[in-house]
Amino acid sequence: MQVKEFKPLIVAFCCNWCSYAGADLAGNNRLNYPAEVKIIRVPCSCRVNPTFILRAFQRGADGVILCGCHPGDCHYTSGNYYTRRRMAMLFSMLDYLGIERERTRVEWVSAAEGAKFAATMNDFVQTVTALGENKRLEDLRCKA
Amino acid sequence: MQSVTRQDLLDTALEKLADGTVSHVLGWSRGTFDYEATPTLFSDPDTLRTAFVWNDFCGANLSKYLIKHTRRLEGRLLVFLKPCDTYSFNQLLTEHRFERERVFVVGVPCNGMADPRKLKAQADGILSVTAEGDTLSVETLYDGTRTLAVADLLEERCLTCKSRRHAAYDLLLGEEGEVQDSARFDEVAAIEAMSPDERFAFWQKELSRCIRCNACRDVCPACTCEQCVFGNPSSGVENKAASNEFEEKLFHIIRALHVAGRCTDCGECSRVCPQGIPLHLLNRKFIKEINENYGVYQAGAEVGTRAPLVDFTLDDPEAETVVRRGDDA
Repeated sequence: MQVKEFKPLIVAFCCNWCSYAGADLAGNNRLNYPAEVKIIRVPCSCRVNPTFILRAFQRGADGVILCGCHPGDCHYTSGNYYTRRRMAMLFSMLDYLGIERERTRVEWVSAAEGAKFAATMNDFVQTVTALGENKRLEDLRCKA
Repeated sequence: MQSVTRQDLLDTALEKLADGTVSHVLGWSRGTFDYEATPTLFSDPDTLRTAFVWNDFCGANLSKYLIKHTRRLEGRLLVFLKPCDTYSFNQLLTEHRFERERVFVVGVPCNGMADPRKLKAQADGILSVTAEGDTLSVETLYDGTRTLAVADLLEERCLTCKSRRHAAYDLLLGEEGEVQDSARFDEVAAIEAMSPDERFAFWQKELSRCIRCNACRDVCPACTCEQCVFGNPSSGVENKAASNEFEEKLFHIIRALHVAGRCTDCGECSRVCPQGIPLHLLNRKFIKEINENYGVYQAGAEVGTRAPLVDFTLDDPEAETVVRRGDDA
């Protein structure tokens, strides 16, 4: 029997005004980043309710990354500052509950940083692949 | 033993009812057993005289009941609040859950409340409980009458009491206490010091006992949404039978997130949990993180303060820094 190679499922929430364009730029520049990354466009990183991230894990994600504008550059002036506090709290709670902290990440990527976007995603996918399947926050009913 | 007597509280309530200051009194009455005190609304002086209780088991925080009763009733309500309850009271005012003028707060000092669970663990077949100074005289079915010290029966939250000073009152009975310098974050720090596997095992053991009775949500003074997502019968996760282990964990993470920054650490969630899950440790983790990263903040210490999670500064630490902090410790 052939053992199936583990391919993680990564959900990336990307802000419409920066990281989503950053992903476009990465594509235009022919920069590679893994196909395991599934991008969800949001109007602002602040749109991401912490429960979205939990929901992604429930639906089978092995890692969730949230990309937004650099602090100070938010299209709506202050959205990402709220995100920063919220995610800090969510991630520290997940860590407190014993869920691997490497599965969650926040990264600030501007629209001009296509290279950073590709590098970040490569690194994140590598990290999550090394961790293996998400066992601690999984819902068996949602697994194929 | 409490420093003010039942008679003190009763006299105040009767006086305020008689002179028309208030139309109703929110207090406690005896539950099924002597070691239970149920939140009760009194409107008539005779019932108040006979049924009102104030003893070492009046742990219930009455502030959340004000929402329901101020909406339902005309006139002003008298409520007895212990120091920790006044923080919830202020937090509810901050969130505009009721009008301050509709409530007459009588601050009652508290020396810590006894935990019925600890009492039951020490005495079997309890027939009656009578307070005698610093001890409880417990009449039991099998061992005759036993004398137990209240100090040995205190609730966990009272052992790490954060304040004996009232954050709000209209009339204060007895003497005002002080804000305590308690070691309430020690338990959180102990869990943080574990390895991730140990932490996971610890919470798995605790949270898998959850029966999704929603008592923690129902009692929580920060959980005052008119409609709760967990009460939706078509959500598919409204009870234990419908949910799985993932949702058991998630229910508590989401609830803790929902009250993060607004939780006053009153400890009611752990008090009412029929399964004895230390739910306050989740909320306290957030309070600890907020204190360490965004400046010390006590929800409900004042009315009208901005909760830390709906606020920001330009130089907040990054999420990764927050999570990694404490690794060196």
